[in-house]
Amino acid sequence: MLRYTIRRLLTMIPTLIAISVIVFVIIQLPPGDYLESHIATMQAQGENVDQKKIAFLREQYGLDQPMWKQYLTWAAGFVQGDLGYSFEYDLPVTEVVGDRMFLTILISVVTIVFTWLIAFPIGIYSATHQYSWGDYGLTFIGFIGLATPNFLLALVMLYLANVYFGTSIGGLMDSQFIDQPWSTAKLLSVLEHLWIPVVVIGTSGTAAMIRRLRANLLDELEKQYVTTGRAKGLPPGKLLRKYPLRMALNFFVADIGNLLPGIISGAEVVAVVLSLPTTGPLLIASLQSQDMYLAGSFLMFLAILTVIGMLISDLLLAMLDPRIRLQGAPAK
Amino acid sequence: MNAPKTPHYVSREPFDPYSVEKLTPAQEELYLASQWRLMWWKLRRHKLALVSGTVLLLFYLVAALAEWVAPYDLHTRNAGFIHAPPQAIHLFHEGKFVGPFVYGYNYKLNMSTLKREFSVNHGSIQPLRFFCEGDPYRFWGLFESRFHLFCPSVNAMKYEHDGEAISLPGQGGAVFLLGTDRLGRDLLSRIIYGSRISLTIGLVGIAVSFILGIVIGGLAGYFGGWIDAVVQRVIEVLRSFPEIPLWMALSAVLPVTWSPLLIFLGITVILALLDWTGLARAVRSKLMALREEDYCTAAQLLGARPRRIIGRHLLPGFMSHLIASASLSIPGMILGETALSFLGLGLRPPITSWGVLLNEAQNINVVALYPWLMLPVVPVVIIILAFNFFGDGLRDAADPYKT
Repeated sequence: MLRYTIRRLLTMIPTLIAISVIVFVIIQLPPGDYLESHIATMQAQGENVDQKKIAFLREQYGLDQPMWKQYLTWAAGFVQGDLGYSFEYDLPVTEVVGDRMFLTILISVVTIVFTWLIAFPIGIYSATHQYSWGDYGLTFIGFIGLATPNFLLALVMLYLANVYFGTSIGGLMDSQFIDQPWSTAKLLSVLEHLWIPVVVIGTSGTAAMIRRLRANLLDELEKQYVTTGRAKGLPPGKLLRKYPLRMALNFFVADIGNLLPGIISGAEVVAVVLSLPTTGPLLIASLQSQDMYLAGSFLMFLAILTVIGMLISDLLLAMLDPRIRLQGAPAK
Repeated sequence: MNAPKTPHYVSREPFDPYSVEKLTPAQEELYLASQWRLMWWKLRRHKLALVSGTVLLLFYLVAALAEWVAPYDLHTRNAGFIHAPPQAIHLFHEGKFVGPFVYGYNYKLNMSTLKREFSVNHGSIQPLRFFCEGDPYRFWGLFESRFHLFCPSVNAMKYEHDGEAISLPGQGGAVFLLGTDRLGRDLLSRIIYGSRISLTIGLVGIAVSFILGIVIGGLAGYFGGWIDAVVQRVIEVLRSFPEIPLWMALSAVLPVTWSPLLIFLGITVILALLDWTGLARAVRSKLMALREEDYCTAAQLLGARPRRIIGRHLLPGFMSHLIASASLSIPGMILGETALSFLGLGLRPPITSWGVLLNEAQNINVVALYPWLMLPVVPVVIIILAFNFFGDGLRDAADPYKT
């Protein structure tokens, strides 16, 4: 297990390096840099630009240096926790970001747990009661959930809450807690608001998971060992718990890797609609204003989150299924 | 003892040693049917897929004939009907059959909230006209026409302004089945025009990602070795990116100065750039298995070049399967475009897609007042469901020899 973990960790490194190169290239693609456009707007407004500060920033972040050198500076800073400088906010990126990354992680993790809690029993029910009314009903709801884009679901829910309850369900905490330090009351307020984005973001993932769990479990239930067990007279509940469910569990754990990019993607867009204080709204704003270090660190952060999620899923899988860690490379 | 003997019987028919293997005409049809024909038979049994296929066909037909189906032009502004609510089509007026008609609006400007208030005017009956002349347009930009499927009534519309009837000169009746937006543009017409972009972006995108997937996956699968290793790594890296943020970043790169058409192409390519990975994996794993087959070795021995072997012998074997799985990733692309445009990072007006229309519904305060602005959600959901069901059916049918 240890050897497998180490090997899996090592394979993460080239992936992360490749991701960082891609992110860097993307944020460098627009012509010019933020300082140039900033100077242009300032001069157009007739204000004079603090040349000293510009020169300092240029030197600090090496904007006058060749591309590969800029990349190295940026990557080295990233590893040391210096995420660069947000030109738009005139603050180091770490300060702008603040709680946002934590809240993004919180929402993602809670959404995954929610997805599991909902999908697992429903998937089992659907598979064991195949072609019953319950199965059809759940499959139908699942399809609707799968087809409704989550940001549109968020919009519809916002509207319904506004019309029927007269409240806004946007935001992630009561307004008096915004920009306040963390406290028990703030945490409670966050937990109170959390369920709406979680439900909205989790719906399509849950629906997809139910369908896949159902299909997988059905495959297992058709196998001969199940027939043998039944012929031996095992009670149905025990029969289900003892073998097919465990087989289906493997894939269930492996599915985080598939689930996570979708959840993070969805969370970003939903955050804009529900005006959540996560990375989503800031990411879009920074992309639009070419605030490259801010946008870059967000992209990088989201990618790292995904990679770590996949790592956890692979490790869990290896723990559950010895065949994987003994065989060598994970079956992908 | 003298039981009657059964007479000795010899068939005079000529003996056919293959008679057992003879096929009934029905069997013969089945065995001789081409692969595509078998797929069609199998698809036909999948009712949901058939219904979805019909729905898709209808949507694409409407998109193709958008100018004709939509009662108004994409940009026609009706200054008198800003944020007018949807009208219902009625058949009976006070128990009398009139035929399809809509009631006119009562319009009042609420002076305390400055909100335009529309209500149904039961006194004004405006029958719909069918196959009629309305807003002029250039059909596919080719020739001028004024012909529409249905248009508003020509009767001058009566306004009730503070209980006082006034009729606007030169203003015909109105038919806004789905309401109007902030410039008084008919939402139904805009949704119909928007379907053109929304529906084609998925097809164009899938075509690009299809080519990328087949070429890259084909190379990796056929040659294996280091090419395969590199491709595998690239796919892994691309897949560990959350899709939408990467799309957002890439579309933010598109210069503002580009023409709408270039932006459209750019967005399509961006969507395709991330989507080919799944297809490439499928092609690769299939090729890995198939290249060991005898017919492939035979082709190699006969001196066929890799391009011919892949394109001529290997790919056709699972082309149907590829098309089926490609059809399953179209909804993802449509969704991607909708999400990007909704956020204001994708297509921009004057290009109109469902996402661009939804962009107006981004603000909850606007939506609460004018909920019909959310209606472009409906075609998005229908299209995605239809593509999912149809793709499922296609995938089942793609392997006609497996029952």
